[in-house]
Amino acid sequence: MELLGLYYYWVFAVLLMIGFYAVIAKPNLIKKLIGLSIFQAAVFLLYITMGKVEGGTAPIFQDGVTVYSNPLPQVLILTAIVVGISTTALGLGIVVRIKEEYGSIEEHDIQKRDRR
Amino acid sequence: MAIDIISWILLSLGGAFVFIGGLGALRMPNLYTRMHAASLTDTMAAVLIIGGIMLQAGATLVTIKLAAILLFLLITSPTASNALASAAILSGLHPEEGKIDAREQRE
Amino acid sequence: MIILFGVFLLTLLVITALAIVQTESLFAAVILTGIFSLLMAANFFLLDAADVALTEAAIGAGISTVLFLGALALTGERERGKSTNRLIALGVVTVTTLIVIYATFDKPRHGDAEAPVHQHVGPWYLEKTPELIDIPNSVTAVLGSFRGYDTLGEVFVVFTAGIGVLFLLSARSAARPESANPSAEPGQGLRHYLVPRVVGRLLIPFVFLFGLYVQFHGDYGPGGGFQAGAIIAAAVILYALLEGEGQALRALPMDVLKWLVAGGALLYGAVGVAGMLLGGNFLDYNVLASDPIAGQHIGIILIELGVGITVTGVLLCVFHAFAARGKL
Repeated sequence: MELLGLYYYWVFAVLLMIGFYAVIAKPNLIKKLIGLSIFQAAVFLLYITMGKVEGGTAPIFQDGVTVYSNPLPQVLILTAIVVGISTTALGLGIVVRIKEEYGSIEEHDIQKRDRR
Repeated sequence: MAIDIISWILLSLGGAFVFIGGLGALRMPNLYTRMHAASLTDTMAAVLIIGGIMLQAGATLVTIKLAAILLFLLITSPTASNALASAAILSGLHPEEGKIDAREQRE
Repeated sequence: MIILFGVFLLTLLVITALAIVQTESLFAAVILTGIFSLLMAANFFLLDAADVALTEAAIGAGISTVLFLGALALTGERERGKSTNRLIALGVVTVTTLIVIYATFDKPRHGDAEAPVHQHVGPWYLEKTPELIDIPNSVTAVLGSFRGYDTLGEVFVVFTAGIGVLFLLSARSAARPESANPSAEPGQGLRHYLVPRVVGRLLIPFVFLFGLYVQFHGDYGPGGGFQAGAIIAAAVILYALLEGEGQALRALPMDVLKWLVAGGALLYGAVGVAGMLLGGNFLDYNVLASDPIAGQHIGIILIELGVGITVTGVLLCVFHAFAARGKL
C-alpha cells in the first residue's frame, strides 16, 4: 500500500522532467510553452497529493463527516493555476510578436537572424 | 440489493461500450468510420454509465443534476461530431468510395 | 480500491505527456494538452480537491486550449527544427528524475494525518471557519478571508497579464500591410455550419446561467470567482466562434471589456479600503456590517465578484487580441 502512495510522487518526478525536457530540448517556442505548462501541472499534483488525508473528504463542511482534507494546499494551487494561465497568455503574445518580427518561431532561425 | 445489481450491469455494459468505441476508433480505416465508432461512446455508453450512477444516487438532488449532465452530453456530443465531419468535408477529405471485396470475389 | 483508479489515471497522464512531447504537429500537441488537463482535473477530484478540479477543468482544459489554438492560427502548425543537444538533455533529465525519486522515499506516507503539513495552520483553518466565518466551503473561506492578501495579489497578476497582452498585440508591425487579404472578410464565424450554430445559440444562455451559479455558490460548494470567470468567458468565446468576432465585439465592445478588467480589481481594492474607512484594517471584513459574521459573508461575496469580473474581462481581452490579429 505504501508503494501505491509513493507512485503519486514518482509520477510527479516523471511529469516534471518530461515538461522540463520539452522546455530545454525542443526548438519550437510553442512546444516550450506547452512543456512549461506540463511542468507547472506536475507541481500542482505534488501539492494536492500532500494535502490529502486518509479517510477524509473534500474540505466542505457536511453533516456526518469528521475528517477533512487539508484546505491550505488547495488554496495555494488555485492561485497557482490562474497565475499559470496568465503567464501562458503573456508568453503566447510574445511568441506571436516574435513570429511577426523574425518570420519563424524555431530557435535556430531566430538565433541565426540575431547573429547577422 | 436489486438496485446494486442493476447498476452493476449498467455500469459494466457502459464500460464495454466505451471499450468497443475505443477499439473501433483505433482500428477503423479513415476519419468518418472512426467518428462513427467513437459516437458509440458519446451516446450509448454515456446513457448507461450515468443511468447506473443515477440508480446508486437514489431519489435525491444529485439524480436531477446527473440527468441535467446527461442531457447536456446528449446535446453537445453529436453536435461536436457534426462540426468535425463538416470541417473534414469542407477541407477536402472525402469518404472513400469503392467496391466491397466480397462482391469482387463473387464475380 | 479507489487508489487503483488513481494509479490508472496517473499512468494515463504520463502516457499523454510523452505523446505531447513526441508529436511534431503542434495542433495535436495542443489538443493533447487539453486531454492532459482534464485527466489532471479527474486526479485532483480523486485527491479530495473539488475546487481545484473545477478550476483546472475550466481554465486548463477550456481556456488554455482556446488561447493556444488562437496563437497557433497566427504562427505555424508544425514543428520544423530538430533539437540539437538531445543526448545531454536526456542525460540531465534522467539523472534528475532518479534523484527526485530517491528523495521521495523520505516523504511521509501518502494520506498520513500526522504528516507535518497537517499540523500547524491547516487544522486551525478547519477549526476556526465555522466559528469566525460560518460558510461550508473552507477553501473559499481561506481564499477570501484568511488569505485575502494573496488573492488580491493574484487578481493584480491576472490584470497585469491582461494589459501586457493588450500592449504586446496592439502594436502593428510596420512590414505587414494593414489588410493582408481584403477579399476574405475577417470574422465570419461558422456561417456554413448550421447544426453547431443552432445548438450553440441554444446552449449559451445556460452556460451563462451555470457561470453565475458557480460564482455565487462558491460559499456552499466548489466554485468561486476564478471558475465562474472562466466559464462566462467561455460562453462569450463560444458566441464569438459561432457568429464571428465582429458580432461578439458588438455584443461586448472592447471598452466594456477594459472596464471589466480594471473594475474587478478596483472592486477588490475598494472593499479593502472600505474596511479601513469603517474603522478596521485593510481587507478587514468584520467591520463591514454590524455582525462580524455577516460582514465576512458580504466581504467574501464582493471580492469573489471582483475576481470573477476581472478574470472574465482579461480572458476575453486576450482572446480578442489574438483573434483580431489577422487570419482568424
